Amino acid sequence: MVDAPRLGMLIFLGSETMLFAGFIAAFLVFRLGAPVWPPPFQPRLPVELTGANTGVLLLSGYTMWRALRAARDEKHAGLTRSLAQTALLGATFLGVQGYEWGRLLAFGLTASSGVYGGTFYTLIGAHAVHVVAALAWLALLLIGTRRGGDAAPAHVGVSLLGMYWYFVVALWPLLYTLVYLA
Amino acid sequence: MTTATAQHGEHGFWTTHVFSTDHKTIGKQYLTLGLFWAVVGGLLTYVMRWQLAWPETVVPGWGEIGPETYNALVTMHGTIMVFFVAMPILLGAFGNFLIPLMVGARDMAFPRLNMLSLWVFALASLLLFISFFVPGGAAAAGWTGYPPLSAKAEYTGVNWGMDLWILAHALEFAAFLMGGVNYLTTAIAFRVPGMTFSRLPLVIWQQLTATTLFLLSVGPLIAGAVMLLLDRQIGTHFFTPGGGGDPLLWQHLFWFFGHPEVYVILLPAVGLVLDVLPVFSRKPIFGYRWIIASTIVAGGLSFIVWAHHMFVSGIDPRLAMPFSITTILISVPFAYLMFAMIATLWRGSIRFDTPMLFALGFIAMFIVGGLTGIFNGSAPADIYISDTYFVVAHFHYTLFSSVFFGGLAGFYFWFPKMFGRLMNETLGKLHFWLTIVFFNATFFPMHNIGLAGMMRRIANPLQYDFLVPHQWINVVATIGTMLLLASQIPFVMNVVWSLVAVRPAPKNPWQANTLEWTAPSPPPHLNWGEALPVVYRGPYEYSVPEAPEDWLPQDRVLAARAR
Repeated sequence: MVDAPRLGMLIFLGSETMLFAGFIAAFLVFRLGAPVWPPPFQPRLPVELTGANTGVLLLSGYTMWRALRAARDEKHAGLTRSLAQTALLGATFLGVQGYEWGRLLAFGLTASSGVYGGTFYTLIGAHAVHVVAALAWLALLLIGTRRGGDAAPAHVGVSLLGMYWYFVVALWPLLYTLVYLA
Repeated sequence: MTTATAQHGEHGFWTTHVFSTDHKTIGKQYLTLGLFWAVVGGLLTYVMRWQLAWPETVVPGWGEIGPETYNALVTMHGTIMVFFVAMPILLGAFGNFLIPLMVGARDMAFPRLNMLSLWVFALASLLLFISFFVPGGAAAAGWTGYPPLSAKAEYTGVNWGMDLWILAHALEFAAFLMGGVNYLTTAIAFRVPGMTFSRLPLVIWQQLTATTLFLLSVGPLIAGAVMLLLDRQIGTHFFTPGGGGDPLLWQHLFWFFGHPEVYVILLPAVGLVLDVLPVFSRKPIFGYRWIIASTIVAGGLSFIVWAHHMFVSGIDPRLAMPFSITTILISVPFAYLMFAMIATLWRGSIRFDTPMLFALGFIAMFIVGGLTGIFNGSAPADIYISDTYFVVAHFHYTLFSSVFFGGLAGFYFWFPKMFGRLMNETLGKLHFWLTIVFFNATFFPMHNIGLAGMMRRIANPLQYDFLVPHQWINVVATIGTMLLLASQIPFVMNVVWSLVAVRPAPKNPWQANTLEWTAPSPPPHLNWGEALPVVYRGPYEYSVPEAPEDWLPQDRVLAARAR
């Protein structure tokens, strides 16, 4: 029999992929239609810092993989530790992103200053909202683990979160390449 | 089945009738909301049509109508009928009710998610309803919400109404996303033993294809809606040319969703008809596998036809030809579906009960809409008829036939199962004949006045000299509309009468084969008693020579055959 929760999650992630396809298509329409990109007198994006931050997020994908393995082997301590590491890395990623946004805003890049700023904040912001949602879910799972004492979080819950986390992590290098590098 | 049953606790009044996780109750709740909106959307047509026939008079019961009000009426009519009538009834009601019953599941895969889906939809309905009464009135940028009209409040004079319109859509999409995850998962993971994909009733195949189309097309529109809301609220410039934006981008995002969306509505209706036809022809469906293949091909093609809505929008002319070709190509699988329906009737022992009449009405009316679609789909013809009443006639012949004739075929057919009561056949037949006559009286003349050049969304045709001689056509269509609305009185009487006067329905009043007819009418919570049915055969084995009766239910084993 097919595993219903995972199948449901997979279907949901299919829709999520199309949501980002929409945002990316809108970005590409403006990006490819512009004679100069970034437009004149607009700040450049922080390529190096974000590159390092990309590494942080990819690392969180690795710790999530370890968490899933621990859950499969029913190693409770290892699971909690890996989930906590994942949460920490995810929060770091968000923190660095927030710091960058603060600096860009200070340089005058706002969402309403043109399509360059608009697409940047919308596309990167849509991803950030997903990281926040994944972190909130992860936090709930961790709180549940602590309250439950020895009881490990339900395996199916961890594996669903894992699928969602992988999606959020895997999406990022694509966005980084399109928005920051290309 | 454990995950489905484990989440069902005690059932008091509230958990049984209001906050229920039972797929049948949720289906009926979707049906109720959809019918409520159908009344609202129908009454709007009365106001609009009166205005078009006698523009300089006061609409009785409403008042005088200016162009601004008319814009809001036409916007809300389209929005309501597509998103708050067609989808909740054809997908929300029939999908929820039929999928578990027909695949042999006790409930949806995720019953609580299913309940959440309904309540998010109810919230969307509430927001849209409130939008009629906020300052500035309801949204007035067309059901397609084209910017720049929709992007700035000063263009239409509507501020709150437009924001509520966007929010209501976002919530509705979330609701159907949750529903869609449930539909697909249930039909894939919770089929009863023996219910292979090649024994699945076609209405389920159509629901699944429609759901897949919805899930894969709605993302870009949600992205567009976010950008539109940002344009309005924080001053981004995605769709306003002044700030470097591109109004055409919205049209691409909207129609990338919007064209699959019309099949999201059409396919479930086709499914209802495909399941009604064999029962009342006492014959197997013609070309079961080819119907499935055609449906999937049509679903795939629906993702590459969207720009045919934009031939006059200023897209690159080199795009017009490929999109014309894909559009005309998509009529091939639909033509096959129509041929399969007609071939199913061929030499059948046809019973003209009300569900069958509506199913036949669907075939007849949809073919008219399909044929006019070929004119709209080819760019050279479309440049002349785009945004005229010819297009209005076209999509009412396709969508009205789906929602009304297809939906009512399903409604009359499954009403005994849903509510455990039989409906009155005489009233049902009266309803059908009045509806089909006045449907044509309303919409057929629109072809003519459209070819004469009457534009969509104008509040006063008499302002245009070239339309004045054709005004009588508008009067005919308006009288048709009023009689069409009045034709629904027998339907309302029939539903009320059937629910009040108890004429209990037997398990299988139509002598049909599919699994829902093996459950009691109405099915209890968890649908079947101790044992689930086991499936031994396909859904359309009618008039099988070896069987004692002319129907052979899916769960029946034939006794040792004499060979």
